[in-house]
Amino acid sequence: MNTSSPEGIGTILLAAGAFQFARRFLDLPTRLPGWEPFFKRIWVIFGVLLGLSALFSIDLSNGWVALAMSLVFVFMLWQLKHFQPSRTVILAVAPFLLLWVVGSYLEHYAPKFYQANEGFFDSSIGFSAIWLGTFLVIANRQKKALVKIEQERAIEAEQRRIIEAKKQELEYLVAERTAKITLQKEELEQTLIELKATQAQLIQSEKMASLGELTAGIAHEIQNPLNFVNNFSEVSIELIDELAEEQAKPERDPELEAELLTDLKQNLQKINHHGGRASSIVKGMLQHSRAGAGQREPTDVNALCEEYLRLAYHGLRAKDKSFNAIFSTELDPSLGLISLVPQDVSRVLLNLFTNAFYAVQQRQKQEKTHGYQPTVIVSTRCANSEAVITVADNGTGIAEDVQQKIFQPFFTTKPTGEGTGLGLSLAYEIITKGHGGTLEVESKAGEGSKFIVTLPG
Amino acid sequence: MMKILVVDDELDVKDLFLQRFRREIRNAEFQLAFANSGEEALKYLAGHQSEVILILSDINMPGMSGFELLRHIRTDFQAPPSPVVMMITAYGDPDSQQQAVELGANDFLTKPLDFTVLKQKLHDLA
Repeated sequence: MNTSSPEGIGTILLAAGAFQFARRFLDLPTRLPGWEPFFKRIWVIFGVLLGLSALFSIDLSNGWVALAMSLVFVFMLWQLKHFQPSRTVILAVAPFLLLWVVGSYLEHYAPKFYQANEGFFDSSIGFSAIWLGTFLVIANRQKKALVKIEQERAIEAEQRRIIEAKKQELEYLVAERTAKITLQKEELEQTLIELKATQAQLIQSEKMASLGELTAGIAHEIQNPLNFVNNFSEVSIELIDELAEEQAKPERDPELEAELLTDLKQNLQKINHHGGRASSIVKGMLQHSRAGAGQREPTDVNALCEEYLRLAYHGLRAKDKSFNAIFSTELDPSLGLISLVPQDVSRVLLNLFTNAFYAVQQRQKQEKTHGYQPTVIVSTRCANSEAVITVADNGTGIAEDVQQKIFQPFFTTKPTGEGTGLGLSLAYEIITKGHGGTLEVESKAGEGSKFIVTLPG
Repeated sequence: MMKILVVDDELDVKDLFLQRFRREIRNAEFQLAFANSGEEALKYLAGHQSEVILILSDINMPGMSGFELLRHIRTDFQAPPSPVVMMITAYGDPDSQQQAVELGANDFLTKPLDFTVLKQKLHDLA
């Protein structure tokens, strides 16, 4: 009885060893998880196998066990035929298994033949072992190469995943920013619309403010001609009474009558003249306050200068009764009519004149001595077919660093509430954009200022 | 006869006064002279020393104001008889009135001039 013959136990141990080796070498727990229960119980199974063989006196080395084990082993590896090292292992073990199975059968069923050829079998087994070892080395290399490739792939995939995540993150950021920018753009557009509306309102309020400056001057300027209208009409009534008296006399004085009639006619002319003066002032005031774009029309710049110089002077004079200034005009009669928007240019002139009077008024307040004579001189001349209007004062003057800013909107040196800071910026816009002219300043602090308007003829 | 100097920058004031006082002028009660500015008035006064009895001056004139003219009159023409000065202004504010009185004005009139009142004042002076 050869129960549990060393060859039988060897067969089992060899099979168990081969399975364990394959399990570890090919990483079967992850590649063939379905086989794991078998691997876990492999010693139990082989133990039971050994037990059964002992109980029923079966020689485990009779070839059948080798064949079964070989088939199971190859079948198991065949499951992984897509895994190159697995195929190489099959190739590696195939000669050995064949020899092993055939050898086992022959040894068991044809012992004589086996013994006769034992040398051949032994050397064949030796060769197959070398073959096995060589191919296992190759399989190992293949496995390592595959692992490396897999690792590289994994790294690549990881990088791709990171890039993808970054990309998504970026896309999210871009979308977020775009939304923000769109919102800001809409807000800005809204603000721009509001600003434009505010600007229009400011320009209108600046017009109204300058109208306010004008009001006192206008009242004064209208009152004077009205006084004349009233006085001359009253006097005319007296003259008519006198004339009637004279005519009723038995001895009429034709010389006196003629004189009375001449005076009457003269008075009516004066009434007409002063009435016209008043209505032209009212017309100018209405023009000044009118909103919207005015039309260009041939305008007597000299008359405009004279009219607004008086209005500006009396405007300031009405506010500050103690104020007095010498103002004069040096007007070039060859200037003729210039095509311009009268209400716009008159606003510019009014602003320049008011500023000039304000400057001399400020200097008068500062100067303690009586020697200072506040003077504003307006001159016009024709140069290179351009009309040049110069407004010169001997007021406080403008420091050089301030000169750069005076045409900027909202810049003012006046106390809060007194100036809008829009006067000169509007003037600049009217002259440069509205009329294609220039507005320049020459000034020295403490000595006076000169504003020069140039209008193309 | 009373010699009156009227100082006003409005040229038509001359015609107006000449007509308003035509009877007085014809009857040789008043003699009127006119100046269009303070400077002109001073020049006239310098040439007609002690002749002018009454000066009617506007306050608000370009160049030399009525107040300055008044100051000059009171400092430069002190030789008796010193002229009566009436100041005329469109702005009948108490400040100007007080200033006029301080500078030595005899009276203060507001525009528009009431010629009936003015004539009465002149007759009272005469």
